[in-house]
Amino acid sequence: MSKIGVFVCHCGSNIAGTVDVEKVTEAASHLPNVVYATHNKYTCSDPGQQSIRQAIIDNDLDRIVIASCSPRMHELTFRKMLTETKVNPYMLEIANIREQCSWVHKNKDEGTKKAMDLVEMAVAKVDHDTGLFSTQIPVNKRALVIGGGIAGMQAALDIADAGLPVTIVERKPSLGGKMVMLDKTFPTMDCSACICTPKMSEVGAHPNITLKTYSEVEAVTGYVGNFEVTIREKAKYIDYDVCTGCGLCETKCPTKVDNAYDQNMSKRKAIYKMFAQAVPSKPVIDDQACRMLTSGKCGVCSKLCPTGAINYKDTDKVTTETYGAVVLATGYELIDWAKLYGEYGGGAYPDVVTGLHFERLVNASGPTEGHILRPSDGKEPKSMVIIKCVGSRDPNKGKAYCSRACCMYGAKHAHQYLDKVPDGKCYVFYMDVRTPGKGYDEFYMRTKNDGAQYLRGRVSKIYREDDHYVCLGEDTTSGHKVSVNADMVVLETAMVAAPGARETAGMFGVACDKDDWITEAHPKLRPVETHTAGVYLCGVAQGPKDIPDTVAQAGAAAAKVIGLLNKPSLESNPQICHVNTNLCNGDQLCKDICPYGAISMVTKEFRENSRKVTRTVAQVNEGLCQGCGACSVACRVGAMDLLGFTNEGIMKEVDALCQW
Amino acid sequence: MKYAYFPGCSANSTGISYSMSVDYMCRKLGVGLEEIPDWNCCGTSAARITDRDMALALPARSLALSEKMDPELSVFAPCAGCYSSLKTSATYAKESDENRQRLEDIIEMPYEAQADVVNILDILADPEVLEAIKTNMVKRFEGLKVASYYGCALVRPEGMCQQDSTENPMVMDNVVELIGGTPVEWSYKTECCGASNHITYPEASKPMVERIFRNAAANGADIIVTACPLCWMNLDMREAEVNKLYNREYDIPVYYVSELIGAALGGSFKELGCDKHFRPAERLFDHLQDVPATDAAAQKEVVA
Repeated sequence: MSKIGVFVCHCGSNIAGTVDVEKVTEAASHLPNVVYATHNKYTCSDPGQQSIRQAIIDNDLDRIVIASCSPRMHELTFRKMLTETKVNPYMLEIANIREQCSWVHKNKDEGTKKAMDLVEMAVAKVDHDTGLFSTQIPVNKRALVIGGGIAGMQAALDIADAGLPVTIVERKPSLGGKMVMLDKTFPTMDCSACICTPKMSEVGAHPNITLKTYSEVEAVTGYVGNFEVTIREKAKYIDYDVCTGCGLCETKCPTKVDNAYDQNMSKRKAIYKMFAQAVPSKPVIDDQACRMLTSGKCGVCSKLCPTGAINYKDTDKVTTETYGAVVLATGYELIDWAKLYGEYGGGAYPDVVTGLHFERLVNASGPTEGHILRPSDGKEPKSMVIIKCVGSRDPNKGKAYCSRACCMYGAKHAHQYLDKVPDGKCYVFYMDVRTPGKGYDEFYMRTKNDGAQYLRGRVSKIYREDDHYVCLGEDTTSGHKVSVNADMVVLETAMVAAPGARETAGMFGVACDKDDWITEAHPKLRPVETHTAGVYLCGVAQGPKDIPDTVAQAGAAAAKVIGLLNKPSLESNPQICHVNTNLCNGDQLCKDICPYGAISMVTKEFRENSRKVTRTVAQVNEGLCQGCGACSVACRVGAMDLLGFTNEGIMKEVDALCQW
Repeated sequence: MKYAYFPGCSANSTGISYSMSVDYMCRKLGVGLEEIPDWNCCGTSAARITDRDMALALPARSLALSEKMDPELSVFAPCAGCYSSLKTSATYAKESDENRQRLEDIIEMPYEAQADVVNILDILADPEVLEAIKTNMVKRFEGLKVASYYGCALVRPEGMCQQDSTENPMVMDNVVELIGGTPVEWSYKTECCGASNHITYPEASKPMVERIFRNAAANGADIIVTACPLCWMNLDMREAEVNKLYNREYDIPVYYVSELIGAALGGSFKELGCDKHFRPAERLFDHLQDVPATDAAAQKEVVA
């Protein structure tokens, strides 16, 4: 016989205002196996908790029901309290008579009746509860950061500075991401490379950071504290231990291809460093372009290399290592506007470019050495049109969301253009101007004062006439259709998730939203955590944001990682799924539905009816299981049971509710 | 290949060159056209701005009659305005059973809404039709620069019309190239010609006509081809007016794409209705040359 205590909370007047707590207490005291029932003004307060502890001692209770607010609010509080008593913390049921009762009802009679029902259900369930015990999971004290842009670098530096080893995996041959491509950062007009490249070299030189550039995550197994991550390091064809980064090889390479770093507005060699300040400051060979690798004829770089670092027979290296925590910082790309916006020429006009093209054009290390010259004929554009929200806030053609940084970098582009082309005219077509942020609106107003002509309306069409482009649009503030002749047009295009972000997140069991942005655990309260324990996120991978927000989020993610890795071990959640192998028919439905990859099928020997039989049954990885219960719903034979929410326990609740 | 034919009211009036040349073209290409018996006005813009139910029900009646005639046939409406009205109504009916029944109640006829509605671009995008043109071509154009003008209603709205692109459609350009013409790349392919403003607000529509001629001329077009009787009339009829008003010297005759194809298939000036144009329309035939016999034979062989 169990001995149940019921504690009904007034929550001030939150509950007591709509529920007659005394009646509920009285009714509860008559329920089977309830030996003690009381009510308290604030059960969660210190005196409230103390009275529960005392009642447990006085009445020798072995399980309790607390009728109060949502378990999301205080279940943990009360479990913690029970650890100081003889009652197992999982022999506790919360009857939610606040959010699901008093707050949503007005009639006190009905509210009281419903509260009684809820308490009766909880009593029925708790009567059936068994004690659960957590175990300790070891924590591997190494972190993995995926993505080497400003988000990934900042997170890695913060973790490494706390004394923990970090590995960065970056898909490109160099760190830096998008930030290093930019010319200036708003609103202070700091040189972007001047603040980004020192971070890059700091990362490259940090004793606690291992760099894996030109690499991608290929597979993941394991769970919080113990992620086994397989990383493929693409063949660089250069021995980085020997290469000194002298750059001699690049000088004589005969093959030139479009330089993606400069948005294809310049050429690079087949053996190349992405840019002068690349980290690591060593080249890779582009195996699609290299003559030696494609046709077997050439080998000039190998002859020139003073250290013999070039190895045409290099192959991809695949390694598997264990990490305790992971930060996803996969970043973004710009939307492929050419496919979506035929009315802007669909990519056929060379002088209709994206903001990233403009960043390279205005950058002193870019293809024009910082002179704004249009790509088609190298002439200085005397008039420039900037169109914002191309692909953003356009659910019909592009994305429904606002890309957040474009209003500011659009203003920055206008400012830079007017600065460099003093006799030039700049027109900015906008839907709204959104410039919240420290010093942001001041910057926008300054750009307007510089002479940028802001026109509120969208551009409906761009076409070429003679050597200029005609932009047809609307000025909605005056209600007039406008036609602007421009020598160059800059489209401030939407940010979209980096290709492969969804796949990478998926390997860790992390979900993405419909636009492939990685979903945080809670949009307000857990913005850098994901639903998978031990996996964190930062930067644009989560959604469009600017550099300061990215850096702040990266620091937050790093703090979480440091907090996790500093624990000697982790307490496991005992409310996980359990297989009844006697019932399991091995149909794999649980394995297919499990979002965490926690279930595998194993073939085992059993003794049944005094005979040995071999059957395939499900097995739950206790580290991976998050206790969502999907498998217990999917299982047709009822072999899957979620501890703490057993099928039988829930049936008892239903029975209690359905007694008339 | 056979279609239910919805000629539309312009077929025997302002757009007679269109219906004559479509008729000629289809006969030569073996595309059967069976006129919907007792078809009625599509409602066009007049119904659309008066009453939504009327705008949907008027075409639905003709579509129901077509179904009664032969439920298997897609409905071919050469006029862009008719096409737009018919397609809008059919799309509405296909959206839900509720919509369809609503139209049935209004027109008091059974209407299953199974048949598709097509325009001339849909027909010209059919590889079988292109092959037939290649096979039956007896003449081809030489040195004729053609600006293909699609207007608004044939390619928009995007979800409803299944054309290759709403901004830079290529169907007519491809056909023009097939019969020897040189397609011109230009910027006003799908811009509105302003036809609906001509009666009510001519000041708004004249610049719209002018800019089309301006851009076609700037890109070196000898002629403009259309697939819409309203666009055609608006451009063909107003060229002189625009020239006078804006002090220009545009000299660009406007044709239906079916007249070009018809001419390549051997149609004469009169057979194709080119004598019914507002401005002299001989230019097309100045650029026409016989397909060398060996070429034609060779082409036939390839097809065989």
